[in-house]
Amino acid sequence: MDAFTTHTGVGVPLRRSNVDTDQIIPAVYLKRVTRTGFEDGLFAAWRNDPTFVLNRSEYAAGSVLVAGPDFGTGSSREHAVWALQNYGFKVVISPRFADIFRGNAGKAGLLAAQVDDKVVQRLWEHLESNPGATVSVDLEAKTVQAGDIQDSFDIDDYTRWRLLEGLDDIGITLGHDADIAAYEAERPAFKPVTA
Amino acid sequence: MGRTLAEKVWDEHVVRSAAGEPDLLYIDLHLIHEVTSPQAFDGLRLAGRPVRRPDLTLATEDHNVPTVDWDKPIADPVSRTQVETLRKNAAEFGVRLHPLGDVEQGIVHVVGPQLGLTQPGMTIVCGDSHTSTHGAFGAIAFGIGTSEVEHVLATQTLPQARPKTMAVTVNGSLPDGVTAKDLVLTLIAHTGTGGGQGYVVEYRGQAIEELSMEGRMTVCNMSIEWGAKAGMIAPDQTTFDYIEGRPEAPKGADWDAAIAHWKTLVTDADAVFDKEVVLDASTMTPFVTWGTNPGQGVPLGATVPGPDDFEDATDKIATEKALEYMGLEAGTPMRDIEVDTVFVGSCTNGRIEDLRLAAEVIKGHKVAGGTRLLVVPGSVRVRLQAEDEGLDLVFKEAGAEWRGAGCSMCLGMNPDQLTPGERSASTSNRNFEGRQGKGGRTHLVSVPVAAATAVRGRLSSPADLPAVTGSTSEGN
Ligand code: SF4
Repeated sequence: MDAFTTHTGVGVPLRRSNVDTDQIIPAVYLKRVTRTGFEDGLFAAWRNDPTFVLNRSEYAAGSVLVAGPDFGTGSSREHAVWALQNYGFKVVISPRFADIFRGNAGKAGLLAAQVDDKVVQRLWEHLESNPGATVSVDLEAKTVQAGDIQDSFDIDDYTRWRLLEGLDDIGITLGHDADIAAYEAERPAFKPVTA
Repeated sequence: MGRTLAEKVWDEHVVRSAAGEPDLLYIDLHLIHEVTSPQAFDGLRLAGRPVRRPDLTLATEDHNVPTVDWDKPIADPVSRTQVETLRKNAAEFGVRLHPLGDVEQGIVHVVGPQLGLTQPGMTIVCGDSHTSTHGAFGAIAFGIGTSEVEHVLATQTLPQARPKTMAVTVNGSLPDGVTAKDLVLTLIAHTGTGGGQGYVVEYRGQAIEELSMEGRMTVCNMSIEWGAKAGMIAPDQTTFDYIEGRPEAPKGADWDAAIAHWKTLVTDADAVFDKEVVLDASTMTPFVTWGTNPGQGVPLGATVPGPDDFEDATDKIATEKALEYMGLEAGTPMRDIEVDTVFVGSCTNGRIEDLRLAAEVIKGHKVAGGTRLLVVPGSVRVRLQAEDEGLDLVFKEAGAEWRGAGCSMCLGMNPDQLTPGERSASTSNRNFEGRQGKGGRTHLVSVPVAAATAVRGRLSSPADLPAVTGSTSEGN
């Protein structure tokens, strides 16, 4: 995973709350066995609408998505994160993320920055009156900036550290192999096995 | 201070904890299906890592399989590749797989409990958000993403921040004809889709204790629909009776040791939850959704709400968008809404008890002209048992389609899909835009409401049906 420190890119105002993972990428697009190519399914239903924000040329190169509360609710499909990344998004900003989505984003290296509801409102206004304007995100300082909007965002310290260092979770855990083996030695015999 | 059920189970699984880091949690059972696992196995292969505990891992095929012609090769080549990839991976990494055609094949959340693999006090994960279903047994069970699937395959552990705990206490008894599904839909309408965010929820109180294991699974299943990380119910005699004698249940001395331990898995009297919600079951009625998220529901006897019924500006916009998508007008009685397709099945309501209930309502009636009823058992075992009991004949006589096991029309991935604009009454768990097929319109309902709706061709409860001579069906 690449380390993430700062990012500046075109902000995309998505004026929707409760953007569930079936909207981010419908199930019919989940059949691939690779990790790439999911951008074609991103917001597939909405992209049929010519006025949808990503269909407007000013926002086409967007890399910072600014969405309403409860972003990423619904299924656990990590494809939702990959679809956003495959399209070119590096950051999603929302007042509230669904737990699984936030977890998936952290693992895959997509920054899920949680901000105050008011900040999203101001970002929406700014990005709509200045189509193509950029948003800057600084993970070190936990700040988001666009035009004269400057505010902080929330992310848990552990995910932040991993993103800043670009660390692979599995590698970290395998470093604790002795602890895992010790735990396994003590597991009760009545626990079921599949084999 | 005492501990909650969730805290007890959590504490028993901490492999390692350090300040400023999430706990490293041991995973007792890892369930796998074809959609969220290919990239995880690929990751292992790339890094040259084995599956640490294939003996704590179980795979089945469910999301992407057809429910007709299951003995023939899967027609859609992309779906076939995904299913074949799972078979290849399971063989290469030594993971037990129940493929299409196997008697234990079915929806992953129906298969685990049915085999007796789902037991109290366990940690269970799966690359599927409805893993919360298994919490009905007093397990901590939650959905994970594909990177986490890879993490569990490689290490049998997961780094997890300790969640907050919430109690949902449902006092009183459910009235006749009101089911676990109505209970959970009522709860979600009450809390909103984000109300459970960050919590492991324990469902408790008289109405929960009175539920069968199937009903408890329905409630825990939909925990994710109001944002909870997991839902749990303390194990009791109902739980033990359900598990005893199942193929993978503990036997002999192991059974005694297990029971002794399971009986300790209750929230202590002096334990404190971070949040509490209290509901009264006795006032609940059949509950159905009108909108495009599971929180947008009303009693069946009510009318479709409009933007003016909401104070919050975001809710007003959401309501407007939902009504437009659903093709509904505010003020329409829910009972006047005509449906094209009725789907009975899914990990929410595809177990044997659900099929019995559907058959009881539909017996002696016919599916309305212009409406189709799809009955899809959650697993092959459920299908065989239903056929043993003659339920398939009841459905076929009524004019319903009797299918093979799988997720089917719960999600628009396999061939069972709604066409654009088509309206369904569905016993599944999600009514998101396009969930059951592009442009499809979904009303989430209980099993009795689904069956009665199939007969009348519009949203109905069994009480709306004419009496059938010689039938025992009833409801309200
Ligand atoms: S039945 Fe539906 S909700 Fe359940 S696992 Fe299958 S697709 Fe997911």
